[in-house]
Amino acid sequence: MTATMTWQIVHGTQLTKDLGSLREQLASAEGEMFLDFSAVHRLDPAGLRAIEDLAKTAEEKSVKVVICRVNVAVYKVLKLARLTSRYSFVN
Amino acid sequence: MSDSSVTLSEERIAYLEDLVEKARTAAAVFSQFTQEEVDAIVKPMVLAGLEQAQCLARLAVEETKIGVMEDKAIKNMVATEFVYNYVRDKRTVGIIREDPEHQLVEVAEPIGVIFSLLPITNPTSTVLFKCIMAIKTRNAVIFSPHPSAAKCCFEAVRIMNETAVKYGAPEGVFTCLQGHTLEDNKYLMRNKDIRLVDATGGPGAVKAAYSSGKPALGVGPGNTPVYLEKSADIDMAVVDIITSKTFDNGTICASEQTVVIDDEIYQKTLDKFAALGAHICNEQETDILARTVIDPTTGYMQPMAVGQKATNIAKFVGIHVKPKTKLLITPITGVGRDHPLSAEKLFPVLSVYRAKSVDEALKVCIDVNHNGGLGHTAVVFSNNESVIQKFADVINAGRIIVNSPGSIGALGGVYNDMVPTFSFGCGTGGGNSTTDNVNVFHYLNIKRVARRTQAHMWFRVPNQIYFNMNATENLRNFPSRSTLIITNAPLEAIGHVDIVKRCIPPETPVRVTIIPDAEPDIKIIRQGVEALNFYRADQIIALGGGSVIDAAKIMKLMYEFPEANLEELAAPFLDIRKRVVQYPTEKTNHARLVAISTTSGTGSEVTPFAVMTDKERGFKVTLADHSLAPDVAIVDPQFVMSMPRGLTVDTGVDCLTHALEAGVSIFASPYTDSNAMMAILLALKYLPIAYENPRDEEARSMMHNAACIAAIAFSNASVGVNHALAHAFGARFNVPHGRANALMLPHVIAYNASVPTKFMPSPNQRAYTAHKKYAMMADLLGLGGHTVEEKVQNLITAIERLLDHLQVPKSIAELGVSKEDFEKALPDLAKIAFDDPSWRSNPRMPLLSEIVELFWAAYYGRGVKPAEAATSNSETKPEAKKEKKMVAV
Repeated sequence: MTATMTWQIVHGTQLTKDLGSLREQLASAEGEMFLDFSAVHRLDPAGLRAIEDLAKTAEEKSVKVVICRVNVAVYKVLKLARLTSRYSFVN
Repeated sequence: MSDSSVTLSEERIAYLEDLVEKARTAAAVFSQFTQEEVDAIVKPMVLAGLEQAQCLARLAVEETKIGVMEDKAIKNMVATEFVYNYVRDKRTVGIIREDPEHQLVEVAEPIGVIFSLLPITNPTSTVLFKCIMAIKTRNAVIFSPHPSAAKCCFEAVRIMNETAVKYGAPEGVFTCLQGHTLEDNKYLMRNKDIRLVDATGGPGAVKAAYSSGKPALGVGPGNTPVYLEKSADIDMAVVDIITSKTFDNGTICASEQTVVIDDEIYQKTLDKFAALGAHICNEQETDILARTVIDPTTGYMQPMAVGQKATNIAKFVGIHVKPKTKLLITPITGVGRDHPLSAEKLFPVLSVYRAKSVDEALKVCIDVNHNGGLGHTAVVFSNNESVIQKFADVINAGRIIVNSPGSIGALGGVYNDMVPTFSFGCGTGGGNSTTDNVNVFHYLNIKRVARRTQAHMWFRVPNQIYFNMNATENLRNFPSRSTLIITNAPLEAIGHVDIVKRCIPPETPVRVTIIPDAEPDIKIIRQGVEALNFYRADQIIALGGGSVIDAAKIMKLMYEFPEANLEELAAPFLDIRKRVVQYPTEKTNHARLVAISTTSGTGSEVTPFAVMTDKERGFKVTLADHSLAPDVAIVDPQFVMSMPRGLTVDTGVDCLTHALEAGVSIFASPYTDSNAMMAILLALKYLPIAYENPRDEEARSMMHNAACIAAIAFSNASVGVNHALAHAFGARFNVPHGRANALMLPHVIAYNASVPTKFMPSPNQRAYTAHKKYAMMADLLGLGGHTVEEKVQNLITAIERLLDHLQVPKSIAELGVSKEDFEKALPDLAKIAFDDPSWRSNPRMPLLSEIVELFWAAYYGRGVKPAEAATSNSETKPEAKKEKKMVAV
């Protein structure tokens, strides 16, 4: 089964929380997971760590996580944190 | 693990990696912050630092046993308040500087994670300083304190970190190593996520930073020489030196080390030092200090003495001094390893040297400077500006402090307006990358956004141009006290000089100088200048073709500026606005130059160029400057009515080539285009008529105008590769310039109209337009054609027909040049053409191989299909014959 998902993620604590629950869903997911980042305008250290943790889990579960519609500033933060190579991106 | 030579336990590596990851995350998050958000964090950090200044100072002194608590508190306040005062209004996020005039914008990019080594001498103040800089620039820092200052540094970092995070900075922005070793430092210095190593400390720390392979700011030891010159305010100097050298017990590396005092004021100065609490050591005491406070093996100061009170040092080495002695002064007689006290001493021991002269004093200061103090700091006390200037010239120091204390002066912002710092860049002399007082801008990558600019262009023509039949009569309007006509013998013989003379007001004394009808030689120029001087001429009338007018231009130059060096003025240049050699402007004499052209080709009557030779010395000089252009041009066709047919063709084709090349030049503008296009139109229409019917007044008049108009165009837009080829070929095979141009012309048009192998850099051109310009010329001439390609071909055909009509040889071969001779000459021809400046305004940058191909094309001649030429010449590269046509879009 391929789980194709679109997830609306918001800034701040919501981001960390959302990504936390996504990690749980990853346990039963296969194939690809799409995350809509259009509502993410800024990352804090906790959010960034959550994104890193999600990448780790996805790698363990062999689920491809695709981040969609990420804004440029957030993309640069992911780049500086060396996280872009761990996700796929689509505009 | 980042470095296989480092031996650390897995736990330790995990600890270090965790620090780096936190810092990397913080730096990544921090990159999103705005200037306002950053500034809102900086201010409370500064206030927290000020509030804790005394507490941190006490901690530092207790832990390090170095320095003075009160002074360290002041350092902490300088590191916060003074640094804040400097950075508060500085932009460090986004656009930080704009230069609209030059279309430049600077944009800040944070560095990322900085690994910072901290000194034992100024531990907490350095932490406060670096934390403020890092927050202001959105960087994260991992601190590595000196092991003997670890606790106070940790506390300072904690205060800064807590305050920063409280006011919005990302967690992990500041961390401080604990229980660390040199191995930890090595590991971190080589970590891939550490972007900059900022080392403040001893030579070992600085060297390690620069050896890490990472970009580094390494700021280390100094050895500050001080020159106390006899004109100085001695009272002020003595107080300043004591203030500085005893500040924090001399721990600031910019503090005074050896004071070189003029003989005349030496004793008086020492007396003043003594009166204010210094102990002047005798020879024996100096010797004891030299053997104890300086390590005899290394020549460096003993660590145990660093930052200790003068009385404690004296007591330790067994010198008896008064209880409140502030400073130990040790007279020395030289600098270097034989004079140990000439080295850096970060404690209140100050060496003094008695100098018999300014020269001796400066030499000793240079010796001290080169004895471990290169690039750091130097001090001069003097009221003699020339002494201060000389000191600044000969001493290599990033900070040259004048009439103020060295240590506090170097910190900046207190005694002067230098940037406040706790890191002194020492330049290459000190093995550093900067001589600056390290500041926020060293914690930034500064990106320059450079927008395309257009060079300012101009369109210059002589003030007055008179044209049409009998225009020479306008000479009556030019009053003159003494006029010299420059001309050649044939023109005098056919009565042209008499015509000119009749047009000059009768009261004007007129003399005539006859020069040879050839490219002017320096000897002729000198003779002409002598005549101008002898007659004190205020008007020069050049009557002739290009050679005569060129000669007159250079004579005028030498007459008005006798000191002008022609060879130097002929120096090559790429852009006239940036040329190295400037033409003189202060005139010794003044003369009006009136140019009356007797040929219809060069247009020298309006151009800013002149060519001459020096046969004796064997060189040719081409001068180019708008100051050379004649003041008045007279384009009177009466002087060309009798031009022989051959000369009509050669000069007429030269005129056409000028216009065609100016039309497609990279410096072409609407101003030059209008002239170039009109000149092409006139030349194509009237040159055949003037050739067929030399007495046709309209045709002669229009060709004369065409030559002048084309010259106006190329004076401002220059020419191109056709001229470069023609110059080389004409000179080598003694072919008139116009004819040489004609042989190249169709091939050059086809070449320029095809897709360039290399484009010519030109900010004024937004696209490659040569082919379209040729098409425009074809349209203007009504040559027909539907596509750009067809129009270009029609232009080439029209020019080929014109040349055929004028009976211009079709090829170099037709001139009688054998293929063998041509082939033999070709390498030199190509080199000379490539060195010719004419092609630098050509729309297409010619490769050497392309120049060779163009020469071959001219050799086989117009009308020969490329394929035929290729089979006739095995050396021509086949691919070069497949020029790609430009297609209009």
